[in-house]
Amino acid sequence: MRRSVVLGLAICVLLMVGVLMTGAPAQAQPPTPVVPDDEVNRVAKNLYCPVCENVPLDVCDTPACIQWKEEIRAMLAEGRSEAEIIDFFVTRYGMRVLAVPPPQGIGLGVWLIPAIGLPAAGLWLAFRLARWRRPSPASEPVSEPASDEAVRALDRWIREHW
Amino acid sequence: MSLLGEGLLDLAWGLGLVGMIIAFYAGWRKEARWAEVARRIGLVMAPLLSLTVLILEIALLTNDFRLVYVTQVSRQTQPLFLKITALWGGQNGSLLFWSWLMSLFLFAAMARADRFPRDLLPYMTGVLLLTQTFFLLLNRFFANPFETFPVPPADGRGLNPLLRHPGMIAHPPLLYLGFVGFTVPYAITIAALLAGRRDEGWLRLLRRWTLVAWLFLSLGLLVGARWAYDVLGWGGYWGWDPVENAALLPWLTGTAFLHSVMVQERRGMLKVWTALLIILTYALVILGTFITRTGVIASVHAFARSAIGVPFLIYVGLVLVGSLMLLAARWDVLRAENRMESWLSRETFFLLNNWLFLGIAFAVFWGTFYPMFSELLFNEKLTVGPPYYNQVTGPMFAALYLLMGVIPFIRWRRTPGALLRFSIGSSALAALGAGALARAMGVQHPWALLGFGLCAFAGWGTLLDYALGVRARQRATGEPWPLALARLVARNPRRYGGYLVHLGVILIGIGVIGSQFYQRETQRTLGLGESLAFGGYRLVYQGIRQYTPATEPDVVVTEAWVRAYDRSGRLLADLYPYVLQYDTGETLTPPALRATLKEDLYLLLSGWVEGGNRATFKVYINPMVSWIWIGGMVLILGTLVAVWPTPVPLPAIAGLERRPEEQPIPAS
Repeated sequence: MRRSVVLGLAICVLLMVGVLMTGAPAQAQPPTPVVPDDEVNRVAKNLYCPVCENVPLDVCDTPACIQWKEEIRAMLAEGRSEAEIIDFFVTRYGMRVLAVPPPQGIGLGVWLIPAIGLPAAGLWLAFRLARWRRPSPASEPVSEPASDEAVRALDRWIREHW
Repeated sequence: MSLLGEGLLDLAWGLGLVGMIIAFYAGWRKEARWAEVARRIGLVMAPLLSLTVLILEIALLTNDFRLVYVTQVSRQTQPLFLKITALWGGQNGSLLFWSWLMSLFLFAAMARADRFPRDLLPYMTGVLLLTQTFFLLLNRFFANPFETFPVPPADGRGLNPLLRHPGMIAHPPLLYLGFVGFTVPYAITIAALLAGRRDEGWLRLLRRWTLVAWLFLSLGLLVGARWAYDVLGWGGYWGWDPVENAALLPWLTGTAFLHSVMVQERRGMLKVWTALLIILTYALVILGTFITRTGVIASVHAFARSAIGVPFLIYVGLVLVGSLMLLAARWDVLRAENRMESWLSRETFFLLNNWLFLGIAFAVFWGTFYPMFSELLFNEKLTVGPPYYNQVTGPMFAALYLLMGVIPFIRWRRTPGALLRFSIGSSALAALGAGALARAMGVQHPWALLGFGLCAFAGWGTLLDYALGVRARQRATGEPWPLALARLVARNPRRYGGYLVHLGVILIGIGVIGSQFYQRETQRTLGLGESLAFGGYRLVYQGIRQYTPATEPDVVVTEAWVRAYDRSGRLLADLYPYVLQYDTGETLTPPALRATLKEDLYLLLSGWVEGGNRATFKVYINPMVSWIWIGGMVLILGTLVAVWPTPVPLPAIAGLERRPEEQPIPAS
């Protein structure tokens, strides 16, 4: 309650003086946007500007990113599709503006290596397991490598209790 | 001040180097007296580095702007608390902080030296001192926090705004504790390899140290996620940022290690593999520190770029090559004592688990470093963002949940089919039930349905294991169930603590699925008194104010006041999203949050015009995020249970506890 009173007073003062705010950067879009912010963000979500690395455009509020978003808004207002807008930025700044490179050219490596490597590792593991499982007579008598009785007792203890 | 600090650093690295040489010599020649000398040098590091840290703290607290580091992370008007935490607010200080935490672990290990077998101790001391000395040399010659200006400036730049949040103050120390914690298991493993140990007695030393490191690393990751959610203002908690990935990588391999070490203890198998995992984890810890500290892969965390890159890479290379050569040399010692007996055995499932964890780690590593490779090799910078990680690691995480649901019913060596059919059958029914319930509650996305089903599958399996254990105890002892549960856990803290960790991971999974698939957002500009309706909420813009807090004169705070109502018009909360504008030009937009178990209302102030008459808000509805934090707490609780000292006494076998060569080295 007290907070809202203080806040109310603060707002009155602000509105009367009005000077304080003039220095604040106008980060918002024009009052009545032709294209709603949500439409702009839907496209911007999939783009990354070259400066703010690893921050998607829709949540980035640097001046450059705000400008990009206005460009998107203008293009959407012209009736251009999302794919066309993304193509426009790729042509201008290169593939790095995409959230993930497409699976072609040097972008192929990102996808290809895990796509081949992980199943291959799985296959190798299955193969090893199958071979490992087959008991080979040569190594059947399991030799307890610890010669020391006490050490063996400790091993047993660990196996029982842990 | 600077001379004293540098002198102490010189003393520390000099002693460390000498101690390391002595330790390896003592291990090689089996010289107990030299081993004791090395141990004492290990003990001395902590007080020495505590003093060094204290000197830097004094410089920070007394605004000693002769020191370059102090000007980078502090300023006259900085609040006292932030002056203290500025110790780890920049590269050079945080490396010293790393060394200091490392020296505390070294102290703990050396103080309990009587617990380590005598043949391992000197090698272990040597490896720990090697790590310690490397970081100290780095600190002295490449990233010196005591470097001075010829002409000191009047004031400093102040702490990076991102680091002024309580979450960011706790996050680096926890993460670093996790990082340095893994050097101890690595040192024990390397010592066992160097000493040519054939038994598994030394593994028992490994477990608790690894769990402690894992605990801190998990905590560090969780606090980091919470900090991102509370401060960065992009509506999420995990962005697959390179620095986040760098901390996740050792966690993934460390988790794989915690599982495979069980196979080694129980069955004497996977020895090479387990050693490989801890070596990999240690290398990733160093690599992680390198990435976080050098900003080699530019990211939101890249506030630290410097010349420490080359020594780091050389060290990681040497560690990997040296450790792997040692592993190869000891191959025969590490031969498996047993063989797989059945596909349906814990051994097989733990191997599957390891394949998945390493697969995820590889995918994360590949995605993190691919932009660097493509820039180096093809001169084209790429972005590898969340879609890659979600698509590649998502199915593997899903498979891990499947394993979690099955593993309680899989036995060592082989599993009776009947037991498995009953338990898996009931878990599958639970999964189907959960899927149907989610469908009825409006979840339509097939992957989300599958995810919730898997969580239910894993959760049911884990809870069933608890229930069966409690019932067995109740039958045998007649105890009431809470007591039976407590005693069950106390009797086997490792198993039931581990399953508690699984339950925590399942809760986290529920939160991640909910927030990943069903996050909604909108952005609107409102005039004073206007409202927007979104996702069952009505938000009314009440006003805005601007001020500069007395404690932080370098920042302008613009705070909006928004009232949130539900559909029926009931007031739910007053929300105050704000924007921080620092005089360095940086801005921060922390959200205002109304969190419930169902969903979070996450409100950001993204701009204002006409003196605040109109303001733009971004609203996120993040379903079930709270479950991530609850799950995180359960995970930590489970780890604490697992790490808690067991009351089971050591067997009284003559000569075991006090074998002549295992006697603690006399203090004098």
